[in-house]
Amino acid sequence: MSAQFAVTFASVVAQLLNGLAGASSLFMVAAGLSLIFGVTRIVNFAHGSLYMLGLYGGYSLLEGLQTSLLSFGGFGRSPLGFWAAVVIAALLVGVAGVLIEVLVLRRIYRAPELFQLLATFAVVLVVKDIALAVWGAEDLVGPRAPGLSGTVDILGRHVPQYDLALIVIAPVVLLGLWLALARTRWGALVRAATQDREMVGALGVNEAWLFTGVFFVGAMLAGLGGALQLPREPAHLGLDLALIADAFVVTVVGGLGSVPGAFLAAILIGVVKAFCVALGTREWLGIEISFSRLTLVVEFLVMAAVLIARPYGLLGRPPAVQRAATEPAPPLSPPRWQVWAPALVLLALVPLALPGDRYLLVLLTDIIIFALFAVSLHVLMGPSGMVSFGHAAYFGIAAYAAALLLKRAAVPMEATLLMAPIVAGGLALLFGWFCVRLSGVYLAMLTLAFAQIAWSVIYQWGSLTGGSNGMIGVWPPSWLASKSAYYWLALALCALGIAFLWRVLFSPFGYALRAGRDSSLRVEAIGIDLRRQQWLAFALAGALAGLAGALFAFSKGSISPELSSIAQSTDALVMVLLGGVETLTGPVAGAAVFTWLKDELARRTEFWRALLGLVILALVLSFPQGIAGGARQLWDRLRQRGVAT
Amino acid sequence: MAADAPPVPALLQVEGLHAYYGRAHILADVALSAAAGDVLALLGRNGAGKSTTLKSIMGLVRPAAGQIVFDGVRIDGTAPYRIARLGLGFVPEDRRIFTDLSVMENLEVGRQQPRPDAPTWTPERLFELFPNLGRMKSRPGGRMSGGEQQMLTIARTLMGNPKCVLLDEPSEGLAPLIVEQMAHAIRTLRQEGLCVVLSEQNLHFSSLVADRAVIVEKGRVRFAGTMDELRADPAVREQYLSV
Amino acid sequence: MTGTPVLDVRGLAKAFGGVRAVDEVDFSVGAGELLAMIGPNGAGKSTCFNMLNGQLRPDAGAVSLAGRSIAGLAPRRIWRLGVGRTFQITATFVSMTVRENVQMALLSYHRRLGSLLSRARDLYVAEADALLDRVAMRDQAERVCGVLAYGDLKRVELAVALANDPKLLLMDEPTAGMAPRERVQLMELAARLARERAIAVLFTEHDMDVVFAHADRVIVLDRGRLIAQGTPAEVRADPQVQAVYLGSGVMYGHGG
Repeated sequence: MSAQFAVTFASVVAQLLNGLAGASSLFMVAAGLSLIFGVTRIVNFAHGSLYMLGLYGGYSLLEGLQTSLLSFGGFGRSPLGFWAAVVIAALLVGVAGVLIEVLVLRRIYRAPELFQLLATFAVVLVVKDIALAVWGAEDLVGPRAPGLSGTVDILGRHVPQYDLALIVIAPVVLLGLWLALARTRWGALVRAATQDREMVGALGVNEAWLFTGVFFVGAMLAGLGGALQLPREPAHLGLDLALIADAFVVTVVGGLGSVPGAFLAAILIGVVKAFCVALGTREWLGIEISFSRLTLVVEFLVMAAVLIARPYGLLGRPPAVQRAATEPAPPLSPPRWQVWAPALVLLALVPLALPGDRYLLVLLTDIIIFALFAVSLHVLMGPSGMVSFGHAAYFGIAAYAAALLLKRAAVPMEATLLMAPIVAGGLALLFGWFCVRLSGVYLAMLTLAFAQIAWSVIYQWGSLTGGSNGMIGVWPPSWLASKSAYYWLALALCALGIAFLWRVLFSPFGYALRAGRDSSLRVEAIGIDLRRQQWLAFALAGALAGLAGALFAFSKGSISPELSSIAQSTDALVMVLLGGVETLTGPVAGAAVFTWLKDELARRTEFWRALLGLVILALVLSFPQGIAGGARQLWDRLRQRGVAT
Repeated sequence: MAADAPPVPALLQVEGLHAYYGRAHILADVALSAAAGDVLALLGRNGAGKSTTLKSIMGLVRPAAGQIVFDGVRIDGTAPYRIARLGLGFVPEDRRIFTDLSVMENLEVGRQQPRPDAPTWTPERLFELFPNLGRMKSRPGGRMSGGEQQMLTIARTLMGNPKCVLLDEPSEGLAPLIVEQMAHAIRTLRQEGLCVVLSEQNLHFSSLVADRAVIVEKGRVRFAGTMDELRADPAVREQYLSV
Repeated sequence: MTGTPVLDVRGLAKAFGGVRAVDEVDFSVGAGELLAMIGPNGAGKSTCFNMLNGQLRPDAGAVSLAGRSIAGLAPRRIWRLGVGRTFQITATFVSMTVRENVQMALLSYHRRLGSLLSRARDLYVAEADALLDRVAMRDQAERVCGVLAYGDLKRVELAVALANDPKLLLMDEPTAGMAPRERVQLMELAARLARERAIAVLFTEHDMDVVFAHADRVIVLDRGRLIAQGTPAEVRADPQVQAVYLGSGVMYGHGG
């Protein structure tokens, strides 16, 4: 055994402690997420934002205590001042959570699950811009914790005192939460509401306040997790989505709704990550493995391993049958040719009618490509009943595959348009194998995690992908060099792709998917292997998303890891949801409106995210059943009034 | 009709109730009333609107029109938890036990303050009414049989010390022996002076426990009268209950 | 009953965490026969059903379908060997029409689910309509299942269950939630289909009027064990069955 392979006992212990300290905050965020999901059935995408607010809030409170007139003669620099700031920051974040619950979520508890998700994502956008306006784009480095800024010698290693404090705090929080849930009336009500909130209300419990209370506790935990990290990591604007991905992984590994599970999972992941850092780069059987680079991916590998062995997480159980508040899905009808044929003709004529308008052509090309991307996601979300939070994985990977084939392997661009979707489809086949073993929120979280893997690989593998800089010079050949030529190509391929997917939905294969969504019990009773159908649907949707990704790469000439980021995935989600999952044309309309709106806002203001978020919130709050559903509901209500009077 | 009015002032009075589910007009002008110590059976076929009537009274379905008065207070349009706190209890048709919670915890969720004008229930008193439950106090609801769950769901609602209980299909899916125990429990509630409104398809069961009956069909009241009058009218039973 | 029974169950057993949910149960059903399985809630009826349809793997015992062992096979395999099911709470595809529901089962039976480009609604139309005729639902073939009356959904389920030409039909509380006359009609339909097509029918039920009027034989489970079996009259007169299940008899028998 080579010397460099020797890992001393002391360094193991040191890394173990480091990992445990890192797990502490993650546990609190995940526990809060789990708690909120359990009771409200809402996957709070904004939970990472609350964590970020905890960090920023803690920073400002300490700053204020230390520098302003309110410094109370050095109180801000005392240990008591530090801990007071942490607790106050957590409580303030709790209050922010209450505001979100009361102003937004309370109004849409009866809305379809996906709309609630959309609303929390809008909150993410708004909070991000609020943070940008208040704290700026620079990283903010917090102070050390007074009284705990030193280190302790353990086996000859210097272990920060603050890390040890964090290691103690997490189990204390766990114990407190467990006691509150298992031993109090409040806890019994929370657990009851987790299963059947309507029944809890019918038994005389004010569910609204119960929900608000749970949201306060959950948000406070996220804020506490954030504030506690202040001495360890700088506050920055990317924390919201980075944290939500981590928190999803921890809740899924631990088991959704299980607080002790979140604790175990956070520790497991924290420790594994810390060991990867400790191992650094090692040579093994002649192959150099960079363990420290693995840190971004390793938690997802842990998750994949856990889910294969235990599909509902370490301490999770199969979800109890939820009482469906939503109405059954309406029938699916094919789009009328009287609508799509003229639209297609009109679109094809645009470059001839407005030859000089480059801007319009670029925007339309984007819209057309995103329409295919959205439709490929809709096939999964709508008729197949599988919500993906990570559809950009296939979009981004295909873009990179096309660019690499072109630049590194000198494959003609035309051929890459065929090969890139195959690569994306293959990846979807791999990821999908795991995903279709789960359902509902578990499946959605897993897709997000896989997308994070794809993103991490692109981001980390700098020598191949150019890392964060991305790749440039990804241009189509000369016959496609003009904007109008490329526009026609995109239009033809995307229209074909969409037509293919729609056709599939009305084939026996597509019918089986829809049947599986309607009743998995009956599907099984008539001998259909639903998992297999869903798996293939995953690959199909991934391949078509890949076609969109490849077309996108060549339309821009450059690509970056952003193409497979969470933000890109949620863009597609928003497109589908805005247009409505119940019709086939909805996602196309959603892609058009969203792409146009985002472009308009981004050109006008630095705070376009917040504006976009507010627009989404306004739409969700005024049409909680979706735009199409909202119109129908309005009509029903008018009719009822007519009959009743 | 004199027979469809309760003998004493009504505790629960429903008039002109309309309700929709999506586009379907489920209830069209439903009226009923029940007094303390009165057991009213709401009869009709599956999908006739019995369950929607009870859910509308409880506030779980929002009525489009109509007036619901409970104990002198208008409750239509009120949140379910407020209605429950006024002393109206609801026992759902599919039991809806909290499967992760123990028997005692299920009862705890239903607990409300004692009321001066209604019997006060404690777990001990409920275990006298349902001896089976007393033998499994810490068993999770999910590990109980259908009959035991039916007892627990009624006991849980009684923990709120209601003046009136709405029972949705209390005999559905239960063994005949358990159904007999349910009948006994309902008669006990009546002796305690509670007002009971139950929806049923089972005419045998209803005639064992109810004083009066209301028959709904396609969301409208087709018959209202005493159980004796219903027994004497085979045409009505044939037409609306498909007996 | 002559020759090999369609379904033969010997020594079937299943335990959950030490509790014997089904304990050494033996019974058989012949072609065209309706066998009712009754017993208190929690007696093991559902567990037993789920072992027959493949949802659960038996701990011990033999289950054979027309002489072929099916114990422990996956639900899909068992279905393909000729076991149809209906559910206590109807399970249909609510976003599809009545005909499409039946077509779905036919597409599965004919192994056409891999087809990506053919139009599903044009396939096996005649076969689907023939099945709908048998359950008198042909006139409602174009209606979406989400809007059907409950009794009609039950009949759609029967048509779906017949799509694979089953030898055995498992019906879990087939008449739950129906009005008395609808119950009689549904069971008469099931009995007629069973006799015409020589299907063995095993059903659970809590409505004793249905059981005593329509079952050829009855078996009674209590705490996982088979405590009685015989004709409806024999079972009805059994004091043990009365004590654990039937009660004093006030809850049934008014009609007869």
